Amino acid sequence: MMVIRKHARQERLEAQILAWLEDVADPEIPVLSVVDLGIVRGVHAGADGIEIEVTPTYSGCPATDVIEQSIVDALEERGLNSIRVRRCLSPPWTTDWISAAGRAKLAAYGIAPPDRSADKRSLSGDAPRVSCPRCASGNTALVSQFGSTPCKAAYRCASCLEPFEYFKCL
Amino acid sequence: MASKTSESGGDDAAVLLACVRRLGDNALVLGQRLTELVAHGPELEEELANANFALDYIGQARMFYSYAGELEGQGRSEDDFAFLRDAHEFQNFLLLEQPNGHFGDTVVRQLLFQAFYVLQLAAFAQCSDERLASIATRVVKEVRYHLRHSTQWFVRLGDGTDLSHARVAESVERLWPYTSELFDGDAIDDAMRVSWGGPDLDALRGEWRRSLEFVFADAGLRVPVDGWKPGGGRRGVHTEHMGYLLAELQFMQRAYPGAAW
Repeated sequence: MMVIRKHARQERLEAQILAWLEDVADPEIPVLSVVDLGIVRGVHAGADGIEIEVTPTYSGCPATDVIEQSIVDALEERGLNSIRVRRCLSPPWTTDWISAAGRAKLAAYGIAPPDRSADKRSLSGDAPRVSCPRCASGNTALVSQFGSTPCKAAYRCASCLEPFEYFKCL
Repeated sequence: MASKTSESGGDDAAVLLACVRRLGDNALVLGQRLTELVAHGPELEEELANANFALDYIGQARMFYSYAGELEGQGRSEDDFAFLRDAHEFQNFLLLEQPNGHFGDTVVRQLLFQAFYVLQLAAFAQCSDERLASIATRVVKEVRYHLRHSTQWFVRLGDGTDLSHARVAESVERLWPYTSELFDGDAIDDAMRVSWGGPDLDALRGEWRRSLEFVFADAGLRVPVDGWKPGGGRRGVHTEHMGYLLAELQFMQRAYPGAAW
């Protein structure tokens, strides 16, 4: 009986932690939380503290350290301690891990979300067809494969003439 | 971490450590070369592309070195491997330490290496060490993207003006000799293949050459004949460029040991 109650309490705490992590923003795309981005792979509350499993987006993503620190800070602010962030690599992150809510937030923020076909199109050499996040026109053109962060490409809409960013499909 | 530690013991573990450290050395040295180009791009798109690639390689070096530090078990961090070793302790391919030269030289160095690296990583993604396999699986996705970029530039330069064609053809002649080293494995490569299911370098050589033949044909360039075969990277014997590269990379930690910010 004791064991079952303890287990339920742990589960509640883990769910609460996950809800708190919804408020931890990605430093480079602050409209997305680390949960939306799909990089939180696990939350474990045990006798020896709390372990959060996080996976990096790109190997060289300079935001990784900042994200890990923000997670620890956010949970400490909520009165938790003994927090460890463990980096896990498997299965590797792809843009398919971005949640539906996250994709909607990206579009509302003016960044076209990645299309859902990780890997296939990225190998074929063609630039993907991307809809303008402002006017929804499909009449857009790739300006640069490389944008302000490793995860984005620069596009221009030929209908509303606005430049916008596309979250690259990985 | 999977299997292989107990029965034949220390040898397999030592081989894995040496291999992971070499992968870190390759990534770091190439990352440093690309970092030197930051703010020197010929156009904005290329500038951003290069900076992104440089970040990827430095990020890879961090993953490989962190793992090497854990395997070694002597408390060395990724920074210790990067900043506190001398040239003879680095076992990167000589191709990667070659100077950036002109834009065509950089494109050719990237193409020749990346065409190899995607095959090498795909093989490590299937190896029996779980951690190395997961790093390779992560990294190969990015390097495919890099390779596509180098390939496009190589074809544009080779199939471009008479001047771009002539200059990139010279780059190929200059850098090609350094590619034989990629496939001339030593005891560590053999042991990685036998004990951990690492790449078969002879098979990779054929696959690499076939993939490049297509690209060279598109670029209107001939695949050179093998001749002079400089080597030594695996033994820590480097070209004259390596000392200068490390002097710049390591200056801060050498001048101000332990500096942090």
